[in-house]
Amino acid sequence: MEVYQSPGYKVIRDWLTAKGLYPFRFQEEAWQHIIDGESGLVNAPTGCGKTFSVFLGALIDFINQHAGDYKKRSKVGLQLLWITPLRALAKDIGRAMDEVINELGLSWKIGIRNGDTEINERQRQTKQMPEVLIITPESLHLLLGQKNYPEFFKTLKIIAVDEWHELLGSKRGVQVELAISRVVNCHPDSDRESMVNRRTQVWGISATIGNLEQAKEVLLSVLDFKEEKAKGIIVKAELQKKVEIESIFPDEIEKFPWAGHLGIKLIDKVIPIINNSKTTLIFINTRGMSEIWYQTLLSRAPELAGAIALHHGSIEHELRIWVEEALHAEKLKAVVCTASLDLGVDFRPVETVIQVGSPKGVARFLQRAGRSGHSPDAISKIYFLPTHSLELVEAAALKNAVEENFIESRDPMLLCFDVLVQYLCTLAISEGFRPDEIFEEVKSAYCFREMTRDEWQNILAHITIGGTALQQYDEFKKIEIENGIYRIKNRRIAMRHRLQIGTIVSEAMLRVKFVSGGYIGMIEEWFVSRLEPGDVFTLAGRRLEFIMIKDMTVLARKSNAKKSLVPSWQGGRMPLSANLGKKLRETLNRVKSESSHVSRFTSHGIDIELQVLQPLFELQEKISHVPRANELLVEQIETDDGFHLFVYPFEGRLVHEAMAAILAYRISRIMPITFSFAMNDYGFELLSDRPIPVDDTNAYDLFSTEDLFQDIQRSVNATEMAKRKFRDIAVIGGLVFQGYPGEQKKARHLQSSASLLFNVFSEYEPENLLLRQAYSEVFAQQMEEARLRDMLNRIQQSKIIIRFPEQLTPFCFPIKVDSMREDLSSEKLEERVRRMQMQLQG
Amino acid sequence: MQYPVPHIINEHHFWLSSQRCIFWEEENTLIVCDLHIGKTGHFRKSGIPISQRVYTEDLRRLLSCILFFKVNKLIIVGDLSHSRSNKELDLFKKWRNDFPSLKIHLVKGNHDILSEAWYKECSITVHHDKLCVADFCFCHDACLKEQRKGKYIFSGHMHPGVKIRGMAKQSLSFPCFYFTDKYCVLPAFSKFTGLALIKPNAKEAVFAIVENDLMKVH
Repeated sequence: MEVYQSPGYKVIRDWLTAKGLYPFRFQEEAWQHIIDGESGLVNAPTGCGKTFSVFLGALIDFINQHAGDYKKRSKVGLQLLWITPLRALAKDIGRAMDEVINELGLSWKIGIRNGDTEINERQRQTKQMPEVLIITPESLHLLLGQKNYPEFFKTLKIIAVDEWHELLGSKRGVQVELAISRVVNCHPDSDRESMVNRRTQVWGISATIGNLEQAKEVLLSVLDFKEEKAKGIIVKAELQKKVEIESIFPDEIEKFPWAGHLGIKLIDKVIPIINNSKTTLIFINTRGMSEIWYQTLLSRAPELAGAIALHHGSIEHELRIWVEEALHAEKLKAVVCTASLDLGVDFRPVETVIQVGSPKGVARFLQRAGRSGHSPDAISKIYFLPTHSLELVEAAALKNAVEENFIESRDPMLLCFDVLVQYLCTLAISEGFRPDEIFEEVKSAYCFREMTRDEWQNILAHITIGGTALQQYDEFKKIEIENGIYRIKNRRIAMRHRLQIGTIVSEAMLRVKFVSGGYIGMIEEWFVSRLEPGDVFTLAGRRLEFIMIKDMTVLARKSNAKKSLVPSWQGGRMPLSANLGKKLRETLNRVKSESSHVSRFTSHGIDIELQVLQPLFELQEKISHVPRANELLVEQIETDDGFHLFVYPFEGRLVHEAMAAILAYRISRIMPITFSFAMNDYGFELLSDRPIPVDDTNAYDLFSTEDLFQDIQRSVNATEMAKRKFRDIAVIGGLVFQGYPGEQKKARHLQSSASLLFNVFSEYEPENLLLRQAYSEVFAQQMEEARLRDMLNRIQQSKIIIRFPEQLTPFCFPIKVDSMREDLSSEKLEERVRRMQMQLQG
Repeated sequence: MQYPVPHIINEHHFWLSSQRCIFWEEENTLIVCDLHIGKTGHFRKSGIPISQRVYTEDLRRLLSCILFFKVNKLIIVGDLSHSRSNKELDLFKKWRNDFPSLKIHLVKGNHDILSEAWYKECSITVHHDKLCVADFCFCHDACLKEQRKGKYIFSGHMHPGVKIRGMAKQSLSFPCFYFTDKYCVLPAFSKFTGLALIKPNAKEAVFAIVENDLMKVH
């Protein structure tokens, strides 16, 4: 049926017209596919009606089915399941949907179900499902952990996954894949009650990413399409917003840049920007730095007090909500924020965005830029403020990448057995499962396509007999088998499992509360452990005096102290994306040619950043070299600390970490030598107490792709990396229990006991599936083996330039200052300890 | 296995083994602590699949040490068991009853909460607080009993570990024996235990267990 001819379309169109609105083309296109029973992906930026593309489609379809009495039909059961990654989004989306329902006069109910939903509301929902349920991936799994869950989904027509680009590439995405694989199969194929007898449709909503086609394939993988060619549809919103990027320059360019101190020096240049704009968002990469920025802004521009606010993930929920609402209400001149404001509904008053420090990727930068300028033809204005002068190169690279729309891909995660273990236990606490049936379903999810029968058997053994071998004197108890159905019958185990559903593993955090009452936010336990009563620290932009810890809560009172400690939160630091890395190398190319052919210098402003950085590049060129895109620069420098080897592939810190480990291993085969590592997004350092044997004769061999995989495995470092990965896997896979809420337990034990478990598994059960997963995650995601290989291939094609500067260079200085260190030694362990001793005594 | 390292206290000879125990020559006794038997079973019963091999290998190692030093007495300085009774303890009972001639003394630790009957069935002499032999005193937690005058104390409880730092910010942690002038702390015998890092002062001695070797690191 043509959507335009349908009664539902007419109802919706009339309603829109009455409001003075008209549908976008992509919305109508989506509606057509929805009433045709198709599944697919809507590609649209935030704030241009992407919600309505699917939601109104569902309404049109419903009205078409019940043209005569669509207004009266109530309690028809769940029609639309709306999965969203953010709790904060649920309310706004729910509100918007409610409005539509009311204005159209439908009898639908909109329900929200997440961690904030009250128990009696949840019970109401399970008694009578609302027609629309807005849910997080975690709550959806909890729902699958309820008795009779298939009943909830019997009437379901459409599953919508909002912000799919955010979920894809994370374990929450895998959770969504698994949940969908189950839910679509709860649909009774022979349901004749309603006129439609078709399978549940799945619609994703995604911003632009480099691999949209794959994103669609992952999401729809569980649906079996009759025709191979028609595997879902991508509806594109072809609305491209214009972005204007401007760098903020320091008055003087530091020739020896280092991260984290320049940014705040430039704050005086930020104040006029704030003053000249209705509302400004200032994006800071870490929560700790955002606290510092907020404080400094207040002290430099006291007149802004009350008109600026702070927003990050460790600030108490209510306070964040307050900030968000004040933003909507145009009460704020500026908000200092972190990735916490990357997602979510639009804040219309925002006119300007300032990005402090590297955004690490093109997509993230564009997303942040898109936070400003909301009227249809408005230009998004974003300022780039470097935290060290070399970062200005990134601004030039970003401009170029944005121009070419060179946006990163999100790679889906594969074979996440920890999530699968958790999922199977979830099914086991509700209805139980039959392995053969569930195997087919799980295999239909993209993540587990490549899973073998053996791996499946291993998983089943893991959750039923606690390992691959039956043991003596054993009382292992988790999933029990009854008439071929796998169930968890022990109530304590079921209860513990329910508390642990989810894939986000947080650091051990303590809530902070005023003695007089009122929560302020969260700080990490390790930070608290260093505080003495009377110490003053900053949180949520307030100075707080630490009093004591009581019942796992930090008690504090307001302080007027001038100085305070700034907590740091350890959350993962994003590495530079491959796309931005490539653009960076190309940008350096332009430095070279411009400095040697000054006359060719174009003044239309494209690379004004490079022009400003000229003195730094000249120094780098004088004492070392500025690499072109087809060159790899290696610097060997001797200082009091020892012998340094700096390498600059511009591939992001994670790839550098892996490369450093491999290089160290390969060098150590030439002679026994121990290194420590440091790295940033531009390059990495090997530091040793003896000269490092790298020269023109062996450079290409050291960067060869030959035996890459074996060398990765042999580099001791993989063990350390895997140990870190295992921490999350152990929690998700149910090996480590994080404690009952409110109980005095011991998230402190989490770290040590996950690493203890890692050691125990490594020694006694090296074939353990979760242990092996830790290693494959290291290879696939952390080391990004594919990217590593590409890099080495690129290096083989390029010129390796080795320099021996007399002193530290502008390029190496930021790395030198960076403190993260890794160990590696090829020497026998004992030998190494002896040598360490000699150093200590010497 | 590396040959044990002699350590002399009050003219008695104590041989430190990289297998996480001490052989006391004069008394022909093996000293261990923190076996935490039944810990894997405790986890497994709660649905956490830790390989039982950790435990069986611990027992095997204990046996090989008893045979190697040919001792007739075993002193356990606390935390023989991990929690309440479970089947893994039956395995221990069977193991123990294969060596009826071995005398076992247990100085109770905070984890030793099994019934009197169980210790009786295992022919284990239980000491609630401490056990004194010759010039030496054995108690689970040295910090609580440090004031005891005159006698040198052997203790456990802590699961001591030592961090060894090298140039260029390298560091590694190992389980260790920790000797002060008044007491010493043994490494936990079980490998299913974590480490509490110690900070020795200049007068104290620390022997790190580096794989199958012992090294005096302090």
